[in-house]
Amino acid sequence: MKPIFTITEGMLPVSTSYCPGCTHGISHRIVMECLDEAGKLGEAIGVAPIGCSVVSHQFMNVDMLESAHGRAPAVATGIRRVHPDKVIFTYQGDGDLASIGMSEIIHAANRGETFTTFFINNAIYGMTGGQMAPTTLVGQKSTTSPDGRDPGAVGMPMRMSELIASLDGAVYVERVALDTPAHVRQAKKAVAAALEIQEKRLGFTFVEFLSTCPTNWGLTPANALKFVEEKLIPYYPLGVFKTPERKEEAV
Amino acid sequence: MAKFTLQFRMEYCKGCELCVASCPKHILAIGDEIGAKGYRTVTATDMELCIGCRSCALMCPDNVIEIYTEGD
Ligand SMILES: Cc1ncc(C[n+]2csc(CCOP(=O)(O)OP(=O)(O)O)c2C)c(N)n1
Repeated sequence: MKPIFTITEGMLPVSTSYCPGCTHGISHRIVMECLDEAGKLGEAIGVAPIGCSVVSHQFMNVDMLESAHGRAPAVATGIRRVHPDKVIFTYQGDGDLASIGMSEIIHAANRGETFTTFFINNAIYGMTGGQMAPTTLVGQKSTTSPDGRDPGAVGMPMRMSELIASLDGAVYVERVALDTPAHVRQAKKAVAAALEIQEKRLGFTFVEFLSTCPTNWGLTPANALKFVEEKLIPYYPLGVFKTPERKEEAV
Repeated sequence: MAKFTLQFRMEYCKGCELCVASCPKHILAIGDEIGAKGYRTVTATDMELCIGCRSCALMCPDNVIEIYTEGD
């Protein structure tokens, strides 16, 4: 029997704490597969956020630290100062990265810090029970927007990839989605590309995953994937927003 | 004999059905078996039809599915 798909050693043999159908498990796996395939599991240091993935260090088989809410980029900056040779990444949700941690991510990207940020955009605060995030869609219901997000009151949903790509320090920015097998394959390519560019220490690298939160969206896992396709992708277009080559062109 | 074999690591299955929804041959279903986590778990209904596309494994958030083919 020849294996054509086996589980990476990057995922520890434990059951995750995530709800059934939550795509955190998919993004964990593809980050770990890329590190595994590059032979870098032993070289990697991750920084976990506050949010549902606060316990991701119990699932990913690499060295990890826990940071205060939104501060993963500042912690990763410190790690890079003392570990110039390691593969360093942060793994952050949209509440963590785009709300309380907005300042840290923007300044880390602008400084061109040479770690990679994996940004899990599920358009809601998952862990705390479904409050509105900066990324919650117009009209989308949450516990703090029971009638749907009102842009007149709280502004439009923020497009983080576009914002990060506008900063000179960012050299690779891509948005991917986890709603179909084809998109999952593309997401893995994006992770591999970002980690490869990190190796060259050219600047900040960022991959945004359009993800789901079936529990707080009030949808079945399969319908949550449809929500990504029908609602999230039209507002958050997929694609590469910045590459080192395009950066040189711009200069 | 079926060309592909799915090995389910059942202790991790949460019955979320993302594999069921992504299978192009519609040969995955949630069965009657209740797994270690208390969820009804996945089962394959007709492995003869499996084309080894890996869609189920790619979409599984819980590392349940491993896929093998004949030969070495
Ligand atoms: C300083 C501080 N403020 C607020 C909280 C409460 N809190 C915990 S997780 C969270 C939001 C998490 O949402 P997100 O980053 O989108 O991750 P998800 O849970 O959806 O994966 C908040 C506000 C906290 N733990 N610490």
